[in-house]
Amino acid sequence: MWDYTDKVKDHFLKPRNVGELEGANAIGESGSLNCGDALKLYLKVNENERIVDATFMTFGCASAVASSSALTEIIKGMTLTDAAKLTNDDISDYLGGLPKAKMHCSVMGQSALKKAIADFRGVQILAKPGEMICECFDVTDLEIIDAVKANGLKTTDDVTNYLKAGGGCGQCLDRIEEVIESVKAKG
Amino acid sequence: MKIVYTDNNATTKVADEVIEEMLPYLGELYGNPSSMHTFGDKVDRKIKEARQRVADFINADPDEIVFTSCGTESDNAAIYSAINAFPEKKHIITSNVEHPAINNLYQHLQKTKGYEITFVPVDKKGLLDLDILYDSMSDNTAIVSLMRANNETGVLFPIEDIAKKANEKGILFHTDAVQAAGKLVIDVKKMGVDMLSLSGHKIHAPKGIGVLYVKKGFKFSPFLIGGHQEQGRRGGTENTVSIIGMGKACELARENLTIMDTKVRELRDYLQIQLLEKIPGASVNGDLELRLPNTLSIGFDAVEGESILLLLDREGICASSGSACTSGSLDPSHVLMAMKVPFKSAHGSIRFSLSHYNTKDEMDIITNTLVPAIQKLRDMSPFWKDGKVI
Repeated sequence: MWDYTDKVKDHFLKPRNVGELEGANAIGESGSLNCGDALKLYLKVNENERIVDATFMTFGCASAVASSSALTEIIKGMTLTDAAKLTNDDISDYLGGLPKAKMHCSVMGQSALKKAIADFRGVQILAKPGEMICECFDVTDLEIIDAVKANGLKTTDDVTNYLKAGGGCGQCLDRIEEVIESVKAKG
Repeated sequence: MKIVYTDNNATTKVADEVIEEMLPYLGELYGNPSSMHTFGDKVDRKIKEARQRVADFINADPDEIVFTSCGTESDNAAIYSAINAFPEKKHIITSNVEHPAINNLYQHLQKTKGYEITFVPVDKKGLLDLDILYDSMSDNTAIVSLMRANNETGVLFPIEDIAKKANEKGILFHTDAVQAAGKLVIDVKKMGVDMLSLSGHKIHAPKGIGVLYVKKGFKFSPFLIGGHQEQGRRGGTENTVSIIGMGKACELARENLTIMDTKVRELRDYLQIQLLEKIPGASVNGDLELRLPNTLSIGFDAVEGESILLLLDREGICASSGSACTSGSLDPSHVLMAMKVPFKSAHGSIRFSLSHYNTKDEMDIITNTLVPAIQKLRDMSPFWKDGKVI
């Protein structure tokens, strides 16, 4: 059984802000049916770039639903500038923490939010810089390096838990290990 | 809250009759069966009786029964014994839907000992590709090991036919019958296997007791080297209490086989029909006929397994999910992936596995809980709209 906090359980059983949002002017999607979890985030942003409403639709495990629910609660009332600074840890902290193997659920929330903000601003999210490492989950070496540095990840399992990279076909696991080693080598 | 226990392929309730049989040996009758005194001999006699009961259960001779600590140990002992018996043969055949006890052991042998492993694929219904299987048998094959029944879907493999072919070619044959035992007749002579694994806790005995059947004449080498116990085939003082429990459980399982094939099968079919009728976008995984009578693996489109399990758990219903979701991988089970079950339902697959303790009322409780639970999850799923997957 997963070791979920009461807050995760509460947000799973009674998710806040579920559904499509009428009049939404910013939408961000992350994940897919094949991956096993996906989030569609709807925002209503006013002329001052303040998020006046936020809803979500999520397919996934309890922590994916709870992370989505938490995300909408956190960002309501925020300006886009502040929302853009939100990290996956903010979502996890709001829920009193997530099990290590479920951290990617909070990453999914952060990613959908970034896309929604880009959608509102009419910015096209360009092809990601760096070398593609995990084709299954679209993760580059630069993203792995960032995650390793920011969260002190040490093993390929850690990277999979945070980014899902390596969790599909597994062919890139050796490459992920090389990336981790290279970060270690550079200190 | 009343528990509705439908996770019997994971583990089973220890039968009251089994507990009753074991209790004296957990208490005052604590002697060592190897001792040279009447006190220890009392336990030895009871173990002989247990060995006979297990042998009767699978139509073996008592001398062919080796007690182990679990199904995994039985599997490991069988495979290591086979490769020790034929050190020059470096090829092993299995399927790609085996239990980790076999699957991970083979991957280990592949990586560390240079064995070539043929993982025979299954089709959409979970049935083995017999052509590939038979074509892969060669003089270099040390052992063929295939499960009798799959733990996740309940799908059956035709062990008797395959063992016959292996036998003709002089290749050892092992079957993991952990899930089949207590649900189907197990007859080692009819099946023609050289070795067969059983696990106590799947048939209402306690955890921590397994059995390996080793056919007379096979030069078995022990996995656990130690004392003379089990005729030198498994060192370590006997787990007397659990062995006695295992004996009783086998006796009961033999008596209950008819109930399994009638009452339990009817309950499973009833649950299956109810769920398929009341929940759109639901599909059964695995062949409907060649399947254990107690197992239902059913996938629900556009929802995820762990979420379903947690909503069932709220009502005291115990089941398990096809998707492990234990790591970031979020991969559905290797069994469902091997069967090419589409992602849309693989992630939302749930296994209900029944026992003779279940009732029709419990099946109704499951249906009545699951219908709104799936609805609730679909209401928030971005992949479900107007009654179908988008």
